[in-house]
Amino acid sequence: MGELTMIVAENLTKYYGLKPAVQEVSFHVGQGEIVGFLGPNGAGKTTILRMLTCFMQPTSGKIRIDGLDTRTRSLEVRKRIGFLPETVPLYDDLSVHKFLSFSGSVKGLGGAELKKEIEKAIDICGLREHRKRLIKHLSKGLKQRVGLAQALLNDPQLLILDEPTTGLDPAQIVDVRKLIKGLGGERTILLSTHILPEVSQVCERVIIIHRGRIKKEDRPENLARELQKGLRTVISVDGAQEDEITRKLMSLTGVSEVRSLDKKGEFIVESGPDEGIRPLIARTIVESGWNLREMRSGEMSLEEVFVQLVTEEEGDYES
Amino acid sequence: MRQIIAVFKKEFSITFASPIFYAAAFIFLAVSGYFFWSNVAIYGYRSLQAARNPFLSQGLNMSDMVVKPFFGDLSIILLLMLPLITMRMYSEEKRAGTIELLFTYPLSDSAALAGKFLASLVTLLAMLAGTIPCLIILEIFGTLEWGVVICGYLGIVLLGASFISLGIFTSSLTENQIVAAVLSFGALLLLWLLGWAKAVTGPPLGNILAHISIINHLDSFVRGLIDTRDLVFYILFIFFWLFLTLRFLNSRYWRG
Repeated sequence: MGELTMIVAENLTKYYGLKPAVQEVSFHVGQGEIVGFLGPNGAGKTTILRMLTCFMQPTSGKIRIDGLDTRTRSLEVRKRIGFLPETVPLYDDLSVHKFLSFSGSVKGLGGAELKKEIEKAIDICGLREHRKRLIKHLSKGLKQRVGLAQALLNDPQLLILDEPTTGLDPAQIVDVRKLIKGLGGERTILLSTHILPEVSQVCERVIIIHRGRIKKEDRPENLARELQKGLRTVISVDGAQEDEITRKLMSLTGVSEVRSLDKKGEFIVESGPDEGIRPLIARTIVESGWNLREMRSGEMSLEEVFVQLVTEEEGDYES
Repeated sequence: MRQIIAVFKKEFSITFASPIFYAAAFIFLAVSGYFFWSNVAIYGYRSLQAARNPFLSQGLNMSDMVVKPFFGDLSIILLLMLPLITMRMYSEEKRAGTIELLFTYPLSDSAALAGKFLASLVTLLAMLAGTIPCLIILEIFGTLEWGVVICGYLGIVLLGASFISLGIFTSSLTENQIVAAVLSFGALLLLWLLGWAKAVTGPPLGNILAHISIINHLDSFVRGLIDTRDLVFYILFIFFWLFLTLRFLNSRYWRG
């Protein structure tokens, strides 16, 4: 966490009617951090972001952005935020330039400054040749970039992006992620997503949300490590029958499970946390006269961490 | 101020890009043109009769027989057309989700509302400007009391602005443009017809209803009279609905 705090959220709760969407959520985001909200659809990510941007007020709880309360100083808070809503709403009947000029003026820019800011946003988002086109004629990817451009106007300290890559094709996704990463620096970025690789690629910290509560909060690599109870090693061996290799490896102390993958001669060896098991496996294989073609550590992916977290919760829920 | 202008410009561009505006403006001008022609035709016919029979010439003047009914006709067509102009204002933002931008920009609700109201008002003025040629024709073939005409237009603009403010209010209630238009048309029609109840109810209630009736206050303007009571009525009416709109938009903060 940075030295200065950008967002402080305390005990946020939001009810839609009688249904709680977000419950008792508290978190901090430091200045300059890139933080990702991760959760399945309907987990409450959008609701949290909407409360941060002053679109909604929490039923209870408190949010301070740059030290300002969102309830009492909403307009000042909104000045500091650039927001890309989930559905990327834009005015279809305006041209890109006209729309950006509207956004910029509403954000308080005028004259030469407005022009400069628009040009900058257009350049960052690569919209130069599309500036005269009507928004309704743009493709989904370009619309996304226009949405990002309007969020960037007036150089906000805090960027809040709600699912910035949904609906884009793979090449555009890579583009937008690169763009977001490039925007970091002194800017604080908060983004939500249900795509796991995205957080590990872009974010410095992940907040996992499920059923309206925070399940876990850490750096992406820590999350994977923490949830992994032992070591996992992937090896590729030939020179013997599958059963024989499995039997031999299982006999080593510390190995808890040997699974054969469908691919020829590939195995996953699960073992206790002791690192010493890896040289032992290698020696065993070589001494048996087999060929060790490949050996690597198999880290648990964020997907697995996520599924594990969510299923754990489901278990709690049912019991 | 800069923000009000920005919203105004945005609404103005969108209005003039939409086919609804062109359809409404076309019908408005076509129907008002027809009414104007029929008023003039009747006036011409009566004048011809009066030439043969001087007794009929009493009360035969252009202000009473053409200009006054013309403004009455305009008000009816505006009642039908203005809800179509204002229905978009908030409902479309809600439907398209752009309301999320509007509510998260550092823009106060009142500045956004002012921009929207002014854009609708200018749209109304543009439509009314299309009726001026009718009066120029009258001026060419006769003499027009321009004081009465200007007064009448002032009345029509105030009446139209009242329609607009109620229309924007109903638009803020729903995300469906049709519902917004039906609500504002219904409410305006009801407020229009309230005065008729005077004949049925007793004097105290009847008088109150007649005062609430939105069209009764146009009479003085069309006669070339600026009556402070009527002026204040329209201005209060406009601000009342704008105020309700703001209160309703504000309710998003405490409703579930």
